[in-house]
Amino acid sequence: MPVSMSIITVNNLSKQFKSLTAVDDISFSVNEGEVFGFLGPNGAGKTTTINILCTLLSPTSGTAAIAGHDCVARPDQVRASIGLIFQDTTLDTGLTAYENLKFHAYLYNLDHKLTGRRIDEMLEVVELTGRKNDLIKNFSGGMKRRLEIARGLLHYPRVLFLDEPTLGLDPQTRNTIWEFINTLRKREKITVFMTTHYMEEAENCDRIAIIDHGKIIAENTPAKLKEMVHGDIVRLVTEDNARAIAEIRQAFGITAKEENGGIFLEVERGEEFIPKLIHGLPVRTRSVNLQKPTLNDVFLKLTGRTIRDDVLTDDKETTREFVRSHRRAQR
Amino acid sequence: MIQWRPVYVICMREFIKFFREKSRLLGTLARPVLWLFVVGNGMSSLIKPQAGFSYLQFIFPGMIGMTILFSSIFSSISIVWDREFGFMKEMLVAPISRTSIVIGKAISGTFISVAQAVIILVLIPFLGIQITFLQFIEVVGVSVLVSFCITSMGILIAARLTSFDGFNIIMNFLVMPMLFLSGAMYPVTSMPPALRHLTQINPLTYGIDAFKHVLLRNGTPPLGPEFPIMLDLAVVTAISLAMITLAALSFRKKE
Ligand SMILES: Nc1ncnc2c1ncn2[C@@H]1O[C@H](COP(=O)(O)OP(=O)(O)OP(=O)(O)O)[C@@H](O)[C@H]1O
Ligand SMILES: [Mg+2]
Repeated sequence: MPVSMSIITVNNLSKQFKSLTAVDDISFSVNEGEVFGFLGPNGAGKTTTINILCTLLSPTSGTAAIAGHDCVARPDQVRASIGLIFQDTTLDTGLTAYENLKFHAYLYNLDHKLTGRRIDEMLEVVELTGRKNDLIKNFSGGMKRRLEIARGLLHYPRVLFLDEPTLGLDPQTRNTIWEFINTLRKREKITVFMTTHYMEEAENCDRIAIIDHGKIIAENTPAKLKEMVHGDIVRLVTEDNARAIAEIRQAFGITAKEENGGIFLEVERGEEFIPKLIHGLPVRTRSVNLQKPTLNDVFLKLTGRTIRDDVLTDDKETTREFVRSHRRAQR
Repeated sequence: MIQWRPVYVICMREFIKFFREKSRLLGTLARPVLWLFVVGNGMSSLIKPQAGFSYLQFIFPGMIGMTILFSSIFSSISIVWDREFGFMKEMLVAPISRTSIVIGKAISGTFISVAQAVIILVLIPFLGIQITFLQFIEVVGVSVLVSFCITSMGILIAARLTSFDGFNIIMNFLVMPMLFLSGAMYPVTSMPPALRHLTQINPLTYGIDAFKHVLLRNGTPPLGPEFPIMLDLAVVTAISLAMITLAALSFRKKE
C-alpha cells in the first residue's frame, strides 16, 4: 500500500470552450490531507478546473477522479464526497444562516438527529452563533464567506474546494478566514483544494501548481518553487557604498549593485550570508535587509509577467467587483 | 429518480421565501381584484347577462386562471434568479438528481399557486355566485392540475433562459398572449378564426374552461363553458406530463 493515498487524480484533462482552450492537458494528483493550491492569473483556468472536478462541467478530454470516483461516470459519489466554496457567493440571501445550513443538510441527506448539533457546532467554529437567525442579506462579505465555509464542511466532505476564498475581502478579514480554514482543516481532517491569485495565500499550501493559459507550468512545495529563483536579495546601506562594492567583490566574489542610496546583491541562503558579510566588511553598515524570493518572482521567472501586473492591467477584476457590489446593492 | 428529502426542503425554501415577500402575495391578489371590479364592471354595461350569468361572473374563472398563470410563472422563473445569484450551484453540486430539483420547484410552485387561487375564492360572495363544498373541492382539484401545468411550462422555459432579459420577452410574448387568448375575458367561440386557433393550442384555455364547468354550472356558451370537461382535463393533464418531462430532461444536460 502506498504511503499516502491520492484523493484527487487528474490525467490529461482539457476543456475547450468553442475556440478557447480554458484548460489545456493538465495532470496532477493531490494526496489525502494535503492543502493543494492552484495559483494563476485571471482567466488561467482555475475555476474551469474546479467546475470539472465538482461535476458542473464535463471535460473535453482526459479524466478526473475524486476519492476513486470518476467525475464523469459517478457524479453522485463525487458530489457526496466534496464540499465547495465557489468564487461568487452561493448563499440564499433571503434565508437565515440557520436555514441555509439546514437546506444544505437536507440536500446532503445528513442524519436527522445529527443535523441540529452539527449546525450549531459549525456556526460556533466560524463564530456566527449569535447571527444564526439573521437573514444573509444583512451579512458582511466576510461573514458570508465564513458561513459558506461552515456550510461546505457541514456534511463531512473528504475534499473541500475553495475557489478564491478571500477575493474581495480586506486583508484583516482575509487572515481570519484563513485561521478558520486552518482550524477546520485540522479538526475535520480533510483535503483542501484551493485556487488563488494572492501570493500570500498560496503560502498556506503544502503544494502549489502554477497555472497560466490553462497549462500547469510548475508544481511543487512553495519552498521548492522559490528555490527556482536563484538566491535571496540582501540590501544594505553603508557609510561608503562604492568601497563596500569593491570589498564585497574581493572578499566574496559577488557583484553588488548600487540602488538609491544603498547597495543590493543576490545570494543563496541570505540569512547565513549576512553575518559573514557584516563580519568581513571593513565599511560600517547602517542597515541590512533580507528579501526572500516570493512566488510572484517564481511566476515572473516562468512567464516573464507578474501575476499582479495581470490583475492591474486586466480590468476583468474591477468589472467583476463592480458587478458584485451592484448585485449587493440590488438585494 | 426522485429523492424526497431534497424535494421537501426545496419546497420549504420556496414557502418560507413566499411568506417573507409580502409584496408578491399582495401583487398577485390585487391584480384579479382590480380586473374584476374595474374591467369586469366596465364591460358589464356592454355585455348583457346570458343564460343566467353576468359578465362579471363569466370572467371570475378567468381571474382564477390569471392568478395561477402569474403565480406559477413567477415561481418557476425563480430558477433564473437562483442561477443568477449563484444559489442554483448549491443545488447542482449536491448529491441529488436534477429531477429532484425540477420536481421540488414544480410542487412548490403548484402549492403557492393553489393557495392563491383559494384565497381568490373569498371574492365569490361579492359576485353573486354560490358554491357548495363539493364545488370548492373541485376548484382546488382543477387548480392543482392547472398550476402544475403552468409551473412545469415555466420551469422548461427557465431552464433555457440565460438571463433576466429573457424574462420581459417571456412576459410580453408568452404570458400576456396566453392570458388574452384563453377565454378568460371573451368567449373563445366569438373570436375571429385566426385568434381562435391560437386559443385552442393554449393550455390555459382548457384550464379556465374547467373552472367554468365547476363555477358556472349549467352555463352555456358564450358565457358558460365551451368544451367538454373531459377534454379540458385530458388536455391539461397531457400537457402537464409533457412539460414536466421536458423540463426534467432539459435540466439534465450540462456543458
Ligand atoms: N462557460 C464559458 N464559456 C466560454 N468561455 C469560458 C466559460 N467559462 C470560462 N471561460 C473562459 O475560460 C477561461 C478560463 O476561465 P476561468 O474562469 O477558469 O479562469 P480563472 O483562472 O478562474 O480566472 P479568475 O482568476 O478570473 O477567476 C477564461 O478565458 C474564460 O473567459
Ligand atoms: Mg475563477
